[in-house]
Parts: sequence; C-alpha cells; structure tokens
Amino acid sequence: MSFLTISHLEKAFGSNLVVKDFNLQVAKGEFISLLGPSGCGKTTVLRMVAGFEMPTAGSITIDGQEVTGLKANARNIGMMFQAYALFPNLTVADNVAFGLKVKGVPRAKRDARVAEMLKLIGLTEMSGRFPFQLSGGQQQRVALARALAPSPRVLLLDEPLSALDAKVRVSLRNEIRDIQQRLGITTIFVTHDQEEAMSISDRIVVMNAGIADQVGTPFEIYNRPTTRFVANFVGTLNTFAVKVDDAATGRVRLGGAALTLPPGLAVGTDMHIALRPEALRLGREPGYETVVMGQIEEVHFMGSIIRLRARVAGELVVMDTFNRADQPPPVPGTEVEISLSGKDAIVLNG
Amino acid sequence: MSRFLAWFALIFGCLYFLLPLVGMTEFSLKMRRGEYSFDAYRRVFEDQRFWDTFSYSLALSAATIVVGVFLVVPTAYWVRLKLPQARPFVEFVTLLPLVIPAIVLVFGYIRLYNTSSWLPLTGSALGTDFLLTMGYTTLALPYMYRSVDTGLRTIDVATLTEAAQSLGAGWITILGRIILPNVMVAVLSGAFLTLAIVLGEFTMAALLNRPAFGPYMQLLGANRAYEPPALAVIAFAITWGCMGLMQLVTRLSKHERAKA
Repeated sequence: MSFLTISHLEKAFGSNLVVKDFNLQVAKGEFISLLGPSGCGKTTVLRMVAGFEMPTAGSITIDGQEVTGLKANARNIGMMFQAYALFPNLTVADNVAFGLKVKGVPRAKRDARVAEMLKLIGLTEMSGRFPFQLSGGQQQRVALARALAPSPRVLLLDEPLSALDAKVRVSLRNEIRDIQQRLGITTIFVTHDQEEAMSISDRIVVMNAGIADQVGTPFEIYNRPTTRFVANFVGTLNTFAVKVDDAATGRVRLGGAALTLPPGLAVGTDMHIALRPEALRLGREPGYETVVMGQIEEVHFMGSIIRLRARVAGELVVMDTFNRADQPPPVPGTEVEISLSGKDAIVLNG
Repeated sequence: MSRFLAWFALIFGCLYFLLPLVGMTEFSLKMRRGEYSFDAYRRVFEDQRFWDTFSYSLALSAATIVVGVFLVVPTAYWVRLKLPQARPFVEFVTLLPLVIPAIVLVFGYIRLYNTSSWLPLTGSALGTDFLLTMGYTTLALPYMYRSVDTGLRTIDVATLTEAAQSLGAGWITILGRIILPNVMVAVLSGAFLTLAIVLGEFTMAALLNRPAFGPYMQLLGANRAYEPPALAVIAFAITWGCMGLMQLVTRLSKHERAKA
C-alpha cells in the first residue's frame, strides 16, 4: 500500500516543461532518493511535494489525503535544506521548538519533545547556543531535529549534505539513515551524488530531463540500468560496440574475443554493451570466458582500490582492482592480460 | 608617500567636519560676556515651548516609525521573496521623496484634504497630525526602505521563509518571529534616521501649522543669537545618542554578531 503517491506530475515554468509525467509510489517508512544531474527536475519534484511549487498537472497524495492544492504550512511535512536554514535569531532549543510552538503544543510537552530530539541528534549540551556557534554538521543535525520535532508525515531532504566536508558528509548521512529507520519516517532525499544515494536508499529514482528514467533498488540501478542515461550516470562504464554472432544464444564479438551475454537480453544486430570497471580483471582469471590484451596508460592509487586506464583494441578502458600491500600495481606502459565475461555485460538501450 | 597621503586625507576630512561643529559649540557657550557658560542651554531648557515642541515631534517620530515599519518591512520582504523583478520600480518609488520637495507634497495634501474636501483631515488637530505622520513617513521612506532592504540582503529570506512554512508557520508568524527579529538592527537604523528627519523637519509642520520642533528651531534662529547654536548642539547630541544606541543594540544582539 502506497503511503505517498505522485501521479502524472508536471511542472512548467513559462514554456519550459521541467517535470514531465512524473509518477512514484512510496511505501510508509521507505527511504527514496531522487538522483540526477543539475536541472533534471529532482528539486522541483521535491518542492512540489513540500508545497513550495504548485504543479501544472498531476496530483500528490499522502496517507490517502490529496495535498496537491494544500499550502506548504498545512501539509505537515518536515524539510531539511542545503543551506541549513536555521533561524539565526533563535537558539538551538528554540529552533527545534519552533514548529511545536506554531502548532500550539503546551510548554511542558514542547520542552520534553525538544529534549528528546536533541538527545536523538546528540546535541543536548548545545541547546542554548545560537546557530553561528555551531559547525556545519552540527547545524544540519539541528535542522534534522527541527524538521522531526513536529512529527511530520514525510521528511524531505534537499541536498542536505552538499555544503559539508567529505568526512562529516559520510557520518551525517549514516546518522540520517539510522534516525530515519529508528523513527520509520517516509523520506525523500534529493541528491546528485550517486554514492550518497546508493549508500542510504531503499530505492532510487534516476531522473533525466524531467522524467523518471528508472526506479529501482541501488543494486538494480547499478547492475541492471534500463537506459543508456542511467548506465552512464550511475557509476563508471566502459562502452564497447559489438558484432552479433548469434542472436539466439546471445553470442557477440568484441574485437577478436567472443562473449556470451546473459539470457533474456534483447540482442539486436548492431549494439553496444558496457562493462563496469570492477568487471574487468587484471591477469588471467578462472571463470572468465575471454582474455584480451591491453597496455596500461594511467595508474591512480585511491586507497582501498587502484583505478587503471588501459588501451584495449584502440579503446581506453577503466578497471578497478583491490589494493594489496604485497602486490604493487603495474606501471604505465606495461602490457597486461585483462579477463572479462559476458555475464557482467550491460546491454545499452535508449 | 601613499601612507602620508592617506593620513592627510583622513585628518583633512575630520577637520572639515569637526571645525564648524567646534566653532558652533564654542559660540553657543559664549552667551556670558568674557567667559564660557551654559546660559544659552539653560535658556533653551527653561523655555516651555522647547519641551512642548520637542515632545510633540518625538511623539510624531514614534508614530512615523511605527507606520514606516509596518509599511516597509512587509513590502521589502515581499519584493525580495516574490517580486524581485519589481525591485527597480519599488526602489524608484521610494527615492521619489528625495526629488520631490516637501513643499509640493504638503500643498498636495492641503488641496486634497482641506476642510471643503471629501476627507477634511486638516479640519482637526488629530486629522492634521495623521496627515503630518503620513508626510513624515513619505520623507523617511528612502532611508527606511534602504535600511530594511540592506538588512534583508544579509539573510536568506527565501530559505528561511520556506523552512518556517514547512514547520507550519503562516505569513504573520514568519514576519513577526523570523524576518523582523533578523532585520531588527536595520529597522532600528531606519528608525533613528526617521527620528532625525522628523526632529529637524520644518516645511510640512509649518505649512500644516503644527507645533513641531522644526518650526520652533526656525523661530528661535530668527530671533536669538546664542540659543540656536545651543539647540543645534542639542539636536546633534540626540542624533549621536541614537547612533550610539544603534551600535549598542548591534553589539548586544548575539545573532547579529554572527553576521558581522
């Protein structure tokens, strides 16, 4: 049963249609990420759910109640913003209490709820501070507590981690996910960071030019992209033009090597396949159906993994290999064997 | 060399502004022949008309500030939030009082609201005071609008509004609890400028025949030698006192320190 339903949503600014026939069903307690490049319409969808923008067409229903025409302050939706948006004139406790005051919650209940929220985010001792006395991460945690204090039906997160440094971003996203799961609150998270979306979402909506290109779990989005845009946008891809030997068995030819594509894929006569960097293995690997020769051009040490760029049959391909202390990476110019398998291939459509 | 020029310019500028003030203050202290005294100040403070006109202008200043805040804060906020394309037009309108002389405005008022008009505001003291307050609000508009607009520029009006809306707040709550407290220093700055304008304004009060401080200063200046500079020094002291208060409020306001 869908808790939040978005049906045939459209939004036009003048003649510019920025959201086109957007449909989404979100279950209660689900964490959904809207992922896409700048200008794809993800923030506009979020703002329409929040009530800051009125849709040109379509409807939004929350828990069976149609909210499309409702004002933002009547929707009972919590929101976190990229720019924190804490009220500078109020202390941490007053910021968290703001929504409760507006609702007319009695003082004693309000104080108890504020204490509960500050405990939840681990900032009890900072209740008397003003926003300018907090770090970016602390401000965003207060913003989360403020959004959750009035017990909203849905929590909306508009790129809340973008302004934070890398380390704080990772710890805060885990904290957000942990709190979301503990409270079981339905959440929509807007981001352009695929790693962020994949690490904390139940499902991801990949948006492109105002359209939801694909909706699926992070595993499905990464491993089985249904459009060329999703395949290219999420993760890194090596794209190859292949010649079909036998469409019935899915046998194709890549350069001089033969690959058998997974069953059930629509194999055309003229097609492209893609392989993720981790699907290419350095050296001769058992269980991989073919081996091609390549020359290493670049080596990027990234800590736990090493990213290699190699020239294979005139094409530059990217492959990732785990770092091992006892096995230094190849140096540029080295001729290497690269193992690959058709079962890892993604057939690109669209 | 450039350091020397900078110091020279600074000292020259200070002298340019301070010397006339020092001269005026010194003259105001010379009422008693051959020695300095506060006789001129004593004479001013002993004059009941000083207190009557000063308190009248002070009351009208307060009324003007209240009307100005209620008119300008929501307008500037709305223009920033919803009508940014109308900003040049609104700025132009708020600048008009600088180019339209007060005498034109007051003659317009007298023609429109005289005793034989459909709204005879000049027919009663209260009506004329109301008219004068509106006139003062118009004169102070360029200063009040700019102060408030500058204050609004220092905060993210759109995001704060949306944050408050998402927490259930309506427009009055947003303006009263979020926007106004965050631009309070700017509002106070506009308020003190309004106070200075109202205390010194002559044309409107004189032509509407109201007992304001401006016409009193003019009357004193036309008939006395030492009291007018004493009065000018008092007016300066009040203005500087207001500016000092403004600084104090800024320093005491914790969240304003964060913006500085």
